[in-house]
Amino acid sequence: MAEPVLTLTDLHKSFGALKATDGVSLTLNPGEIHALIGPNGAGKSTLIGQISGRVLPDAGTITFRGHDITRLDVAQRARLGLGRSFQISSLIPDYSARRNVMLALQARQGHSFRFLMPVMRDRGLRDRADAILDRVGLRGRASVPSAELSHGERRLLEIAVALALEPACFLLDEPMAGMGAEGVGALVTFLRDLKTEAPILLVEHDMDAVFALADRLSVLVYGQVIATGTVDEIRNDPRVREAYLGEEA
Amino acid sequence: MADIKREYALNALLALGLLLVPIWALYNGAPFTITLFTRIAILALAGIGLNIALGLGGMVSFGHAVYFGLGGYVAGILAQHAFNGAPILGLPGTNQMLIIWPVAMVLSGLLAAVIGAFSLRTSGIFFIMITLAFAQMVYYFAVSWPAYGGEDGLPIYVRNQFPGLNTMRPFELFIVCWGVLMLALGVFALIRASRFGAALMAIRQNPDRVASLGINPFGVKLAAFVISGMITGLAGALMADLSRFASPAAMAWTMSGELIVIIILGGTGRLFGPVAGAAFLVGFEVFFGGLTEHWKLWLGLVLLAAVLFNRGGIVALIAGRERLG
Repeated sequence: MAEPVLTLTDLHKSFGALKATDGVSLTLNPGEIHALIGPNGAGKSTLIGQISGRVLPDAGTITFRGHDITRLDVAQRARLGLGRSFQISSLIPDYSARRNVMLALQARQGHSFRFLMPVMRDRGLRDRADAILDRVGLRGRASVPSAELSHGERRLLEIAVALALEPACFLLDEPMAGMGAEGVGALVTFLRDLKTEAPILLVEHDMDAVFALADRLSVLVYGQVIATGTVDEIRNDPRVREAYLGEEA
Repeated sequence: MADIKREYALNALLALGLLLVPIWALYNGAPFTITLFTRIAILALAGIGLNIALGLGGMVSFGHAVYFGLGGYVAGILAQHAFNGAPILGLPGTNQMLIIWPVAMVLSGLLAAVIGAFSLRTSGIFFIMITLAFAQMVYYFAVSWPAYGGEDGLPIYVRNQFPGLNTMRPFELFIVCWGVLMLALGVFALIRASRFGAALMAIRQNPDRVASLGINPFGVKLAAFVISGMITGLAGALMADLSRFASPAAMAWTMSGELIVIIILGGTGRLFGPVAGAAFLVGFEVFFGGLTEHWKLWLGLVLLAAVLFNRGGIVALIAGRERLG
């Protein structure tokens, strides 16, 4: 087995008496989709916050591609290759879809302190942005400000922006949230293809999508990972059935 | 598309109008008009500085007068040392604008770097208050420092010089200011269109997203804040030469407010917003100031209307909302 891309080791995070993250360890291996599921309030958002760098853990370490990133800020982690999408679409509202992707490409190149060249006339950057938009099916909406895109289109643009970063791992926070069945189906196909480029840590509520996609699942309940395994193992795990799937059945 | 053409037309009108009226005044013996237009050009220049921080970067600095005032003191202090021959920090004074300007810009930039390094760790109302507090600190320091006039300010007996021109003639000083204004507009346009500008405007809209792309918002904002302070500092040096007086009042919070008013009335983030805003403000003051003592009340109402009903200032009124592409 190759080295994991991302390793969480015994993470702890409390807010007052609430243990939002209580000794979480998990790994993300090359080529896999590792889904993180759990009921509301299980601590998924806090965990994602710690991985992306918005929340500092009280204890434990996060290792990414051999670097200890536990204390790095959001931008530093992104530069190391951690690409994330947001649960609630987080785009640059007045920028067109194309310009949102161009900004990500610019960030990927690390050239944000250039003052002279007009960026919108940068053919290379534009063409690459359009190619990425084409991949997620937004080519025809390239000039529309992201604030004017539909909800589903914004979810796709989130993915396009993450793609532009060419990350070493994707951190996708509920990419299907609020999408129609058709959109979910298309996205499932797309993500299955995407994992060959970089492994995906997927937080998702849509159980059908999770079961269709995940190579491994971890179940988070009250800040603890109560089980990790394949889809079948998780489905048949009595603790999981009790804690989580039972609610839905 | 029509909106973009209208904006170009408005910009051309403002740039040329600002030049042609003083030329007319020159041949019709109206030096007061020339001085008025010089003031517009200088305030617009100061506004361009603030427009980089506030308009592009969303940093509502309520202390930009500190750079405006500092630039004025640089012009005044260097001129005084050139006048009396005493060295300052071991160097001779100077009455050459081409030396004074870079000094004013570098010092303003350094001050902006210090103030920005502290205040940019906050945002919203805290940022506004901290920039105000820093500016007021420097203001009270200037007022209480007797060596350079203290409360009374520092007169500049003979205007600083520009090679080949006689700056004591109103029109020749105006041309200098107009030229600098056009250069600054060019710089603003370059910055806005550049990769740096793309990152800066994105940070204004969604800093968390920009950080998650790997761009550190703090660094970009600080750089913009420094450039912003430098341009406003340059304007301050010109204003001191226009009024032949470096005044602590140029550093007061009311001046910071005036600069914000210029931006909001003209059009936040728009290339010619500060020019439109400065022209409007000075014009309003001259026209309504002649009619009533209470002209500021009416200005307040206009400002209220602009904020409530228009948002994009004069430029948006004529050329519509900005499209960032």
